[in-house]
Amino acid sequence: MVKVITSGFFSTIQDLGRINNQEYGVPYSGVMDRYSAKLANALLGNDMNDALLEITMTGPTLQFNLDTYISITGADISPMLNNNSIKQNHVTKVSIGDIVSFGKLKSGFRAYLAISGGFKTEKTMHSRSMYNGITNEFKINNGDALPIENPSMVIAEINATIKVNTKHFTSKIIEVYKGPEFELLTEKQQEQLLSTEFSISKDNSRMAYQLAEILENDLKPIITSLVLPGAVQLTPSGNLIVLMRDCQTTGGYPRVLQLREASIDVLSQKFTGDKIHFEWTE
Amino acid sequence: MRAFKLKYKPFGERSILVEWPSEIDKYILNDVLSFKNTLQKSLIEDIVEVKSAYNSILITYQFTIDNVYNKTSTLKRLYSARVSKNKCVFMHWRIPVCYDVAFGIDLEAMAVKKKVPIDDIIKHHSQAIYTVYFIGFLPGFLYLGGLNEKLHIPRKVTPRLKVEKGAVAIGGNQTGVYPNVSPGGWHIIGNSPISFFNNKKENPCFAKAGDKIEFYAISKEKYDNIKALVDAGVYQLESEVIYG
Repeated sequence: MVKVITSGFFSTIQDLGRINNQEYGVPYSGVMDRYSAKLANALLGNDMNDALLEITMTGPTLQFNLDTYISITGADISPMLNNNSIKQNHVTKVSIGDIVSFGKLKSGFRAYLAISGGFKTEKTMHSRSMYNGITNEFKINNGDALPIENPSMVIAEINATIKVNTKHFTSKIIEVYKGPEFELLTEKQQEQLLSTEFSISKDNSRMAYQLAEILENDLKPIITSLVLPGAVQLTPSGNLIVLMRDCQTTGGYPRVLQLREASIDVLSQKFTGDKIHFEWTE
Repeated sequence: MRAFKLKYKPFGERSILVEWPSEIDKYILNDVLSFKNTLQKSLIEDIVEVKSAYNSILITYQFTIDNVYNKTSTLKRLYSARVSKNKCVFMHWRIPVCYDVAFGIDLEAMAVKKKVPIDDIIKHHSQAIYTVYFIGFLPGFLYLGGLNEKLHIPRKVTPRLKVEKGAVAIGGNQTGVYPNVSPGGWHIIGNSPISFFNNKKENPCFAKAGDKIEFYAISKEKYDNIKALVDAGVYQLESEVIYG
């Protein structure tokens, strides 16, 4: 097992989420940045759907009670093994008693820590992704013991480091498609939506990112309809809300844009004050 | 069977949204459920999920859609070949509700505002038979149609930060039961001891779109009895099978 000495600001266990339970009103959940999470699992030869730790802004301190391998991807939160810095996007061998901790946030917002074979925490409705009301815990807590298994193989390619495209963390471009209600906007509003530089407001979470700038409109609410992560909703007061992985299954605000799936990953690495602008995907 | 003029819109790179006319209507619901049923039985391999709301269906495919026109033509063909939902089995559920003011914390204010005595609010609420349109908002939250017009009331200006699990509430022209503790802006008129969502079950919610729901009033004592049985996992809900 892995002992959680301190949990950090907000760390959760996630896999690729729950599908086929949306008709009961159950959110998809799952890792916010699939690109980084898949990379972490791939480095270890894990299954893409193996559960890993999603770390937000500040890292946890973890102690290992067996010899195994880990990999850390996504945001750079200065990871350390027994107080010596370790590489991101790289396989790290850890031994019994070793402590992994984190320091200063240098880039991005969410980091992923994968472990050989994946975390074996509670599985509910075919997924280990934590969500309040679905799993017993919605985040990891100080003192938790996270179950794992012995590594199934010895990893030979321990020195390989994968080069990650830094644009994933620095790009302001969020690629979008028209949403189902885009055509209800005036030409001027449509133009504004694509030309404004928006900033992420402090209301950002695994459920949704609200943007700080206002888009004045007199669109009527729609009859409650289906939504997906990546839908950009426009409220009557002009707030733009980008739905993320933990979003509700239905909503009543007009859906003006829909993010390209890879852009949800990019947005997941942004936080309060960061700038974005929408661009049509080709 | 009446055919509606549907709109097909791409939604992101892997989904298509099908829309019926923009109204809440039981004929539209029947048609939505017939088409949904047809799609689920169509065995189109790359469809990973089909879900419905009042007047829409969202179809999600496994891979990026290269040719929206092809996908849409297949969907249109399936729509014209859809089977009536009359072949599906639906249930009529009887749900106990305690309308005691200890639970119905907004009953008194609502009686004043709507000029309807509390007893009549309870009567109107428990006499109707509601249709489940879909489940959304929270896991296990049923969107119900059929609320008596005398009970329509705008949502509260400031939502409560914490509404109790089981709270039976009215918002606008809708009524529903909060399946779990959550923030909420509806007017609370009672509480049901029934669990509307059980994450340990393969079918976590007993009801589905197309089912009927009826509420009946129970005393505080009866509420406690049922609650104890529900918590022990032995309570049997009253229900009967209905067709069409």
